[in-house]
Amino acid sequence: MAQAAIPQEHKWWSGGKSPFNVSYGKLMMWYFLMSDTFTFGAFLISYGTIRFSQEYWPNPNHVFNSFPFAGHEANLPLAFVSLMTFILIISSVTMVLAVHAGHNMDKKGVQKYMLLTILGGLAFLGCQAWEWTHLLTGAHHVLIDGQIQELNTTVSHNPWGPQVMHNGELVGTPGPVAFGGYFFGITGFHGFHVFSGVVINIIMYIMTTRDVFHNRGHYEMIEKAGLYWHFVDLVWVFVFLCFYLI
Amino acid sequence: MSHEAVMHAHAAVGHEEHHGHHHHESFISKYIFSQDHKMISKQFLFTGIVWAILGGLMSVLFRLQLGYPNETFPILEDLLGKWAKGGKIQPEFYYALVTMHGTVLVFFVLTAGLSGTFSNLLIPLQCGARDMASPFLNMLSYWFFFAASIVMISSFFVETGAASGGWTSYPPLSAIGDFSEGSKAGMDCWLISMALFIVSSLLGGLNYIATILNMRTKGLSMTKLPLTIWAFFFTAVLGVLSFPVLLSGAILLLFDRHLGTSFYLSDVFVSKTQTALPNEGGSAILYQHLFWFLGHPEVYIILLPAMGMASEIISTNSRKPIFGYMAMVGSLFAICILAFLVWAHHMFVTGLNPFLGAAFVLLTLLIAVPSAIKVFNWLTTLWKGNIRFTPAMLFAIGFVSLFISGGLTGIYLGNSALDYQLHDTYFVVAHFHIVMGVASMFGMFAGIYHWFPKMYGRYLNHTLGYIHFWVTMIGAYMIFWPMHYQGLAGAPRRYYDISNWHFLKGFDGLNQFISTVALIVFATQILFVFNYFFSMFRGRKLKNPNPWGSNTLEWTTPINPGHGNWPGEIPEVHRWAYDYSKDGREFIPQTEPIGAGESGHH
Repeated sequence: MAQAAIPQEHKWWSGGKSPFNVSYGKLMMWYFLMSDTFTFGAFLISYGTIRFSQEYWPNPNHVFNSFPFAGHEANLPLAFVSLMTFILIISSVTMVLAVHAGHNMDKKGVQKYMLLTILGGLAFLGCQAWEWTHLLTGAHHVLIDGQIQELNTTVSHNPWGPQVMHNGELVGTPGPVAFGGYFFGITGFHGFHVFSGVVINIIMYIMTTRDVFHNRGHYEMIEKAGLYWHFVDLVWVFVFLCFYLI
Repeated sequence: MSHEAVMHAHAAVGHEEHHGHHHHESFISKYIFSQDHKMISKQFLFTGIVWAILGGLMSVLFRLQLGYPNETFPILEDLLGKWAKGGKIQPEFYYALVTMHGTVLVFFVLTAGLSGTFSNLLIPLQCGARDMASPFLNMLSYWFFFAASIVMISSFFVETGAASGGWTSYPPLSAIGDFSEGSKAGMDCWLISMALFIVSSLLGGLNYIATILNMRTKGLSMTKLPLTIWAFFFTAVLGVLSFPVLLSGAILLLFDRHLGTSFYLSDVFVSKTQTALPNEGGSAILYQHLFWFLGHPEVYIILLPAMGMASEIISTNSRKPIFGYMAMVGSLFAICILAFLVWAHHMFVTGLNPFLGAAFVLLTLLIAVPSAIKVFNWLTTLWKGNIRFTPAMLFAIGFVSLFISGGLTGIYLGNSALDYQLHDTYFVVAHFHIVMGVASMFGMFAGIYHWFPKMYGRYLNHTLGYIHFWVTMIGAYMIFWPMHYQGLAGAPRRYYDISNWHFLKGFDGLNQFISTVALIVFATQILFVFNYFFSMFRGRKLKNPNPWGSNTLEWTTPINPGHGNWPGEIPEVHRWAYDYSKDGREFIPQTEPIGAGESGHH
């Protein structure tokens, strides 16, 4: 079977071979990704359900308007998250190049591009850590019980409610409680996926360096890791859409 | 990836496994961390049996309370301590028992114990594969299940007791520890155990799917597969797509419990501590949607394997081809699709929009169509068959009987207008126990009696099997049939003591009757367990590698197959699995080429 040329009238489903011409491992990865799609789908649909049952939802342009080293007064809506997204997409590109190098049995190329992909993943996680820290520590003035108080953004409260007039000036109020829970919950779950992806990529890098794939005669593991990495990237696109753009 | 690499990957796997059984296996690699699908299947079955005994025992305990609410049983206090103070089962413990009985039977026995056992045993054997696609992940699947079991059992030993909010664990009851003892540490154990269980189910399901699609032997096209394999395939797809949603729901519930989020909570006042909680904007109904998006497919995850095995066993023992093979496959597929579209019929009384409810009524009642097709096909397979009443066959016919009886009451419950009256009454309890619980249990028993010779090279004792069948069959109807009347009269399920209501006073005797029968049926299951372990070591030995005269591939292996299943080449398949009583021959195995002048089935 190993060297059998596939004849023209070949029946793919008649047994003795993979009907999709893929290894079982890749097939399992595809089904796992479908399964994971349902996990994220459940989170995002829950988020949508709650968000649209609220009278008010924070404007992402106000919440996410800061940038590292730009100072407190900078108003750069969505600039930082765009950078994060860009980094993650570039890491997907380098992943494609790593897979391509693997097809050509180019060990040096695989190493180079896997390293870049790992760096991209770490950079994304770093950005996310900064953004979380910024939200968790950044206190804003809000009106609570007729008094101005400082409020940061956590899973149980946030300062991103509608603005009201108080003593002749506009001041914020506490935002919907669900905002923080879903934001930290879903971006955290995604971040956990990115983290797992980085770990997997590091393992792939080590295995490449130790010639495991070279001796095996193919770099399919890189491809499977790549499927996962692209999936994580794709999920981010939806998270980005749901939390930052809409 | 290149075509060549695919084939290399395959060749490498085949090579490795082919030589696997030449190596010396230690006790640990053979019996504990085994990667042989047959051993893993036995591990699932053993653990499933332990869970079934525990889960059954729980039901006996709470039936004691329901049947004899005013009696005391001092021995219970000796055994259970504070949970049965004064010989009377305490309310907290009663609720924990009901909750754990449901959880254990639904997930640990009828999902892991059933799918885990028979998907593992039969997929490689009936597909003609040396093992699962990934034996290592398969092993992990069992050990995640084992870990889930340990966590679930340990919840009985925490001071505040096991989870007690019902097997559905609805918030806010399950989200706030101050609401009940069982909502404290026991609930965390429940959630963690379920998360581990979902991982186990995912690893198993991915393996089942990949093996069925990728590793069928030469000639075994999808339409030549035995119906068992089709059923396991759809079961695995259901699990892979629905369990992750429960995982999401469970994670959000854990966050609500411990991180102060408000996914499911809003405007909660705890009377015990006289405090209003700060949670705002969450929705308890959201949890129900997430839960039932798994919960409904879950009942088919339980039922489909039993259907597949009943089809196989009925055809084999009627010595007739299965009636309507493609209709059977089509029905399984239709059930699989519809399973994802009916979850809100569990939520008719939550304030669901009646117009939305109407859509769910329609989709729910549509399931009657494929179900009826399957029932008629089983009956027409039996019709004028040359039936051999082996214990497996009796259990398979019993399965059909229960599926009809329980299925008909499903049509009542699927109507939202009737559901307003019947929701959360004993009518529901009777319905799902008959159609899903006992029926699938019968499918499992049928499978065990039928494939025990393949597992151990010995037969189960038939006389004990017949006693087991008749007591269980008659007992199951005697337990659950009366519950329909109780439910129609309005008796609510889950209550600690329904005799407090005047209009339910007339049921005292009936409740005692049900409890007594439950005790007898439970004792009969112990008889089965005895039969199982006795026959493992002392049962009548198999002389013929194909004891039932079956067509499928598992009977072409040696009586006690080693790791790798077939000593030589894997056999090639030439025909479907149901050539019984054809051309004057009683059965024609799948490995036999289509003869000259013979027409194949397709």
